[in-house]
Amino acid sequence: MSEFVYLFRASEAEQREAMGTPERAQRSMQVWMAWIRDLEAKGHLKDRGQPLERGGKVVRGRKKVVTDGPYAEAKDLVLGFIIVEARDLAQAVELSAGCPMLEGGGSVEIRPVMRSPS
Amino acid sequence: MERRPDLDEHLFRRESGRMVAALTRIFGLHNLALAEDVVQDAFCRALEVWKVRGVPENPSAWLMATAKNRALDVVRRERTARTFAPELSRRLETGWTTAAIVDEAFSPAIRDEQLRMMFSCCHPRLPEEAQVALILNILCGFGASEIAGAFLTGRAAIEKRISRGKRVLATSKRLFDLADAEFRPRLAAVRRALYLLFNEGYHGASAESAVRAELCREAMRLTALLGEHPPAAGPETSALAALMSLHAARLPARVDAGGDLSPLADQERSRWDSRLVAQGLALLERSAAGPEVTAYHVEAAIAAAHAGARSVDEADWESIVSLYDRLMAVAPSPVVALNRAIAIAQRDGPERGLEEIHAIEGRERLKSYPFYPAAMGDLELRRGNRQAAREHFSAALALARNPTERRFLEKRSRACECASGSERGPGGDLS
Repeated sequence: MSEFVYLFRASEAEQREAMGTPERAQRSMQVWMAWIRDLEAKGHLKDRGQPLERGGKVVRGRKKVVTDGPYAEAKDLVLGFIIVEARDLAQAVELSAGCPMLEGGGSVEIRPVMRSPS
Repeated sequence: MERRPDLDEHLFRRESGRMVAALTRIFGLHNLALAEDVVQDAFCRALEVWKVRGVPENPSAWLMATAKNRALDVVRRERTARTFAPELSRRLETGWTTAAIVDEAFSPAIRDEQLRMMFSCCHPRLPEEAQVALILNILCGFGASEIAGAFLTGRAAIEKRISRGKRVLATSKRLFDLADAEFRPRLAAVRRALYLLFNEGYHGASAESAVRAELCREAMRLTALLGEHPPAAGPETSALAALMSLHAARLPARVDAGGDLSPLADQERSRWDSRLVAQGLALLERSAAGPEVTAYHVEAAIAAAHAGARSVDEADWESIVSLYDRLMAVAPSPVVALNRAIAIAQRDGPERGLEEIHAIEGRERLKSYPFYPAAMGDLELRRGNRQAAREHFSAALALARNPTERRFLEKRSRACECASGSERGPGGDLS
């Protein structure tokens, strides 16, 4: 088994759309929890990860220029991540198909965790 | 694996109304959209955190605390750019009391803020249907499409109704003051709006019984809120609460096992909610405290008369007819007259009932009401006049507003073909 990081991305508008009315928020929450529960039940959830605030700082270059996170206007803000265990990248992609993020127009970026040679 | 609590089915809807009310108290009614933004933001945060960590021990408290923190941020950040609630402005300007003000608005019950919001929604410049839509949207957390579904109205029309209503609300910057001289007349409007909300749930056109039960529950929750606030409580509010409880008691039996509408005569009375009946009777008793007999009193008394009978035939139709006479005196309407005629038919036979129906004043206003021809069909059937009954039922069928009503009326229509027709009790809308 290999580990994969799922990076969840969405614009703020997409995120708000998914949570637009209380009823929609309730539905979004339910499908998310069901999806996570399903991953967990099948033994694929390695780490629940962490949710991330939208704002932050970026430090760049040798001059260590600090700017506000460009996040508010960013199209695909990273909202959080989880770590999934799968046979290979193909299965990791397959497992992401049910992710509610995709229903709301967002994306899941799947990145294999690098392994040291054994 | 740790056990995580499940998500309460209506958590977000329920909390939305409480949060918007508390936030509006701080921001002012003219910043209602800002309050709604903060609530939405709290929901987004909840999604991010809960989806991976699970629902917290006390999700309401979690949402409230989040909204509170956001409110503090907003006030600190926009103190100079915006004006907030006028009654708090001086305190907000000084800065050091901001946290205390926010805490106060988010005091555990948030009861007063919800009440004030309810009174705000019933602005005299708004038509009743707009008041009801605003209450549903702001206090009950229903989105425009959910309200449209419940009222069988287009979503665009509801959106327009809500946004126009919110513009009227914004003309007053503060939530309605419960000590205002306008309190009494506004209280009557609030009760009326809650009554309409309940009726929409109970008799309304929406096909989904879950939606309708939800409307009834919300109307009862908000009426209970009125009852907890001494100036808004009192005999008339008790009477309103009584009639809601006594009707809601019948909801479980109103739809049969097959999902079909079941008229009063056919309902399995063992399925009536005895706790709600008892509660309704207690409220009715309390409502008798004053000298006044309002339409709510009379309607509750009629519901109580049904609740006390073991079957339609055992009901005290003599008293029910005289209660309808009384209702016609305090709140006459063609629908009340129709129900009175059905009660008379029950007491004196179908011929008398039909005479009464033909004598209803303003009965042209019933022309799109399916239960009007259906009632005539029932009475014709009972006197053995199948041909006339058949015609009335097909007229009713053409007016059916949803599949549930259609199935119900088709069933009645089929009864013309087989039954002798004499075993039926009142049909109509006496459900």
